[in-house]
Parts: sequence; structure tokens; C-alpha cells
Amino acid sequence: MTTETMEAPAVAAPTATPPHPLREFWSYFSANHGAVAGLVVIVAVVLVALLADVLAPHSPYLTDTSIALKPPFWQEGGSLTYPLGTDPIGRDILSRMIYGARLSLLIGIVVVAVSIVLGTVLGLVAGFFRGLTEIFIMRLMDIVLTLPSLLLAIVIVAVLGPGLMNAMLAVALVILPHYVRLARAAVITETSKDYVTAARVSGAGTLRLMFKEVLPNCTAPLIVQASLGISTAILDAAALGFLGLGAQPPSPEWGTMLADAREFVLRAWWVVTFPGLAILITVLAFNLLGDGLRDALDPKLKRS
Amino acid sequence: MLRFILTRVSLIIPTFIGITLLAFFLIRLVPGDPIETLAGERGIDPARHEQLRKEYGFDKPIIVQYGIYLTRVLQGDLGKSMITQEPVINEFSSLFPATVELALCAIIFALVFGLPAGIIAAIRRNSIFDHGVMGISLTGYSMPIFWWGLILILVFSVQFDLTPVSGRIDVLYYIEPITGFLLIDTLLSDEPEAFWSAVNHLILPTIVLGTVPLAVIARMTRSAMLEVLGEDYIRTAKAKGLPRLRIVALHALRNALIPVVTVIGLQVGVLFTGAILTETIFSWPGVGKWLIDAIFRRDYPVLQGGALLLGVVVMSVNLLVDLAYGLINPRIRHTR
Repeated sequence: MTTETMEAPAVAAPTATPPHPLREFWSYFSANHGAVAGLVVIVAVVLVALLADVLAPHSPYLTDTSIALKPPFWQEGGSLTYPLGTDPIGRDILSRMIYGARLSLLIGIVVVAVSIVLGTVLGLVAGFFRGLTEIFIMRLMDIVLTLPSLLLAIVIVAVLGPGLMNAMLAVALVILPHYVRLARAAVITETSKDYVTAARVSGAGTLRLMFKEVLPNCTAPLIVQASLGISTAILDAAALGFLGLGAQPPSPEWGTMLADAREFVLRAWWVVTFPGLAILITVLAFNLLGDGLRDALDPKLKRS
Repeated sequence: MLRFILTRVSLIIPTFIGITLLAFFLIRLVPGDPIETLAGERGIDPARHEQLRKEYGFDKPIIVQYGIYLTRVLQGDLGKSMITQEPVINEFSSLFPATVELALCAIIFALVFGLPAGIIAAIRRNSIFDHGVMGISLTGYSMPIFWWGLILILVFSVQFDLTPVSGRIDVLYYIEPITGFLLIDTLLSDEPEAFWSAVNHLILPTIVLGTVPLAVIARMTRSAMLEVLGEDYIRTAKAKGLPRLRIVALHALRNALIPVVTVIGLQVGVLFTGAILTETIFSWPGVGKWLIDAIFRRDYPVLQGGALLLGVVVMSVNLLVDLAYGLINPRIRHTR
């Protein structure tokens, strides 16, 4: 154990060291301009949601029929007090959209969090125990996948009653199978690898194998699916809101705002245009982010 | 071959049972008394309650109840609408053609624009056209179609007065339903204007419903083509000096279409989901709007039967796609 032998690898190391995983990830991710744009939009939406109380010029609930259906400021009759105009009962559309960002992000995050946790656990269980447990879980998920997603969500909401909570629950159930399948597939590929066998031989219990060994190695596909899942969740929850089955008025949820505005489409273009645009931009941003994450995290699909 | 068909068909049995279980428990999960829910009568007297309980079989164990329900379903008895007193299955079959007509038009629209867009984007990879197609299709994929419908109405119906806002045909015309497809029925009738009225009513709903499949098909076609264009046999064909068009149309496209066909099959579920929203926006008299109306009227037998039937339709179409896929591609048939 002389100092020379200690030093030799230390000198050789810097050239051989791969870049830090995060740095490598960022170099791939930032090469994808769409993904970066998506990330920027998402950060902006998050900031708007967090600072809603500061940013919104008016209360999202304050009605004033004397200023009903005012057009946006650049049109005749509009004013900068209500930059994007007012809705049929005189609420400021911009303020409602700003508060709506809060709801939509909340929906996206809660729904995906619920189904990712539940889906991962079910997928791990299916992948680890195989046999009847697996068949039961996977068949159940196949059934959920067979039904058109919105139809299933509608049926669930129709049974539980309309409302934001029930709509979120319904959407979480509908997107659940994707996570179960991903987690199970990842578990099956991982469990045959040597490090799992090594852990098992050294006496690790099933729970430890599941959560400490295998799970960290199958997070990449789950992260990608989570980003795409948030966009689906926002879209489906807005669709339920639009059908009158999601968030209930006067809640400033974007889909619900569109439902309120539907009959005014012939008279006031702004009441329908802006909330939908907000949904489109947010969903698009999450899809772009998801695509970028997949390219950066999944080497198999890289540059295909 | 027969074995392949039999395995695939037998695989849908658990799915079918699952769907019936879902529909069966649906009614029992609705808060409140299931008998009042089903009969649509509130605050009924105990004697009538008891009578209905017997009639619907609620006095029997739950397994027996499910058995009775399943037998009825297999005989095509899905109960009666509480509002119209019509059998659910009759209402469904009279409205279903409208949904199918819309869905078919939408998928044709998606194919006509999506396939060429994807092919050209793949051939001219990284060109402005390619980036444009990818950008537009990602936007289409992210589109809240209920909003898209409203915007199209705003532009084409309100601004330019080109297309009607709702319904399947002008109220001026009465067309005797023969096939249930208005485009065909109007052609069979002796009123040529009726056909154009029907076409006019179809345009916006078709675009709205076709947008998401169009985006998916364009993306899928592009990536499948890119994969195939990198294969050795394409290089061989190029080396032989074959004309470019021949290589693309004959050698590449035929192989690239296999994954695309699967994706189109999988779009059926997406189409029905979209149909619910599209029909609501355009007051299209199909099964989607019928289901949504049933929710607000608390017409649970319709909801139960309609959801079951739609589920079975999607399941059957998926099965057919699966079988067709096996017929086209021997590699699939021989695994398993």
C-alpha cells in the first residue's frame, strides 16, 4: 500500500469518469428546444398559480351585471380594467383564468400522484408475486383500458355524483393501468438482473427488494409517464368540467368556465376562446416536457 | 390459424364479464335506494316497494342477482329507459348509426390527411415541413376538443356563416331511415339537396372528432416510415436504382403500415370518447349525447345499458383489429 499505487487510479480517473447523470440528462434535454419551451411554460403556469392572489386584478367570484360581457381591451368597448373582458355575469375573465391555473395544476398533480402511487404498488405486487395475483391485477387493468377513458370517468362520476373530487378520483382510476403496466414490466426486467439476485442472496426481504432495490431502477419510465399523465389528467378533468360533471360553478376551473360560456359563443367570442387556450397551452407544455424527458431518460429511444 | 382465433376470442371473455360486473354494480353504488333508482319513483309506499323488490330480484343473494342480470344481458334485455319507457337496446340501436357515421367520417378524415403528412414528413426529415407537421400534430394531440369545436363554430358558423351549428340535417327534410346513415339514406331518397345538407352538417363534427386521431396517425406514420427507411432492403432498392417513388410507395409504406393499422384500431376507444364530447357540442343525435342526457335525467337503466353496450362495441372492434392483424402478419399469428 504505497502512495504511488494509490495515486495511479486517481490520475486515470478524471478522463474515465462519465459526466454526472444530471448533467448528462440536461445536455440531452436542453438539446430539445420543444422540451425546454414546455418547461418554461410550465414554470410560468406554476408561478401564476402560486402568485394568483397578487397577479389577479379582481376576485374570480365577484359578479357585477352592469359590466357583463365586456370585450377584451383591444376591442371597442373594452378597457384595461378587464384586460380579457368579462363573462356573462360580469366576472373578470383574466382573474378567473389565473385562479383556474391553480385548480388545473392541482388536478394534474393530485391525480397523477394518486395513480402513480397506487399504480406502482399494484405493478410491483403483480411483477413480484406473479401467478394468480398478477393475472387478477392485469386483467382488471385490461378491462379498464378497454373502456373508452372518458366513458369510464363519466360513469364513475355519474355514480358518485358530480364534483371536482369525484372527477379527480375518476380520472385517477382511468389512467391507473398505464402505471401498473409500466411498473410491472420494469419489475419483470429488473428482477432477473444480478444485483437483485445478489440482494436476495444477502437476505433482503421482499419489501426491501421491491422498494429499495428494484423501484429506484424503474423510475425513468414512470417519470416520463407522469409528465404525460398530468396532461391527460388536466384534459380529462376539463372535459368533465365542460360536461357539467367536474368542478361545479362558480369554481374558476377552465373546463367549467367553457361550459358556462357555451351559449354565449355566438355573441362573445372571448368568453370561450381564452379558457380553452389556457388548457391547450398547458397540456401542450406537459406533452412537450414528457417527450423531452423520454428522449433524455430513455437511451433505447434516443435519436430514433 | 383456428387456434389463434380461438385464443384471441377466449381472451375477451374475462373482459366481457368485467364489463358486466361494472355495469351490474354501477346501479348498486348509486347513493340511495337501488329500487327507487331503477324504478325512477321516489318515496313509494312499502307495498309497492316490496313488489318492485321482488320484480327486480333484489330479495335474492347478490350472486343470483348477478346471474339473472347476466342472463338478461345475453338475451339482449338491458331494461327500459325510465323517461321514455323504451327498451334501452332499441334506443341504442336507433341512435348508434349516427355515432358510427360520424366516427367513420372522422377516421377517414384523419387518414386522408394524417397518412400523407406523416409519409412526407419522414421523407423530408428535419425539413420545415417535417417540423411543421410534428408541431401541428402535437398541438392536435393536446387539443381540448370540446373547445376546438366551439372555436370552429365561432369561425365557420358565426364569422363566415358557412356551416350549421347543430344537428345532422336541416329540419326541412324528413328522411326515412333505411340504413341509419344519413349520407346513404339521403342519396337513396329523391332529394339531392338533403344530401348536401347532411354533408354540411357533418363537416365540423368530423374535423373536431378527427383531430386527435389525425395527430396520432401522422406521428405514428412518420416514426414507422423513418424506421423502415433505415432498413437494409431500402438501401438495396436504392442501390438497384429504383425510382424514389417506387421505393417509398411499394417497399417502405407497405411495411410501415403494420404499426399504423394497429394504432388506428386502438383509436376506436378514443373515437367514442371524443364522440361523447363532439355530440354534446353539436347536438348530434348519437349515443354519446344520449348517455350524457341520461346522466342529467338520472336515467340509470340507460346509463347502465349504454355504457355496457359501448364497452362491448369497443371490445369487439379491438378483437377484430387483433384478428385482422394476425391475418396480415404471420409473425403475430405464430407467437403464443
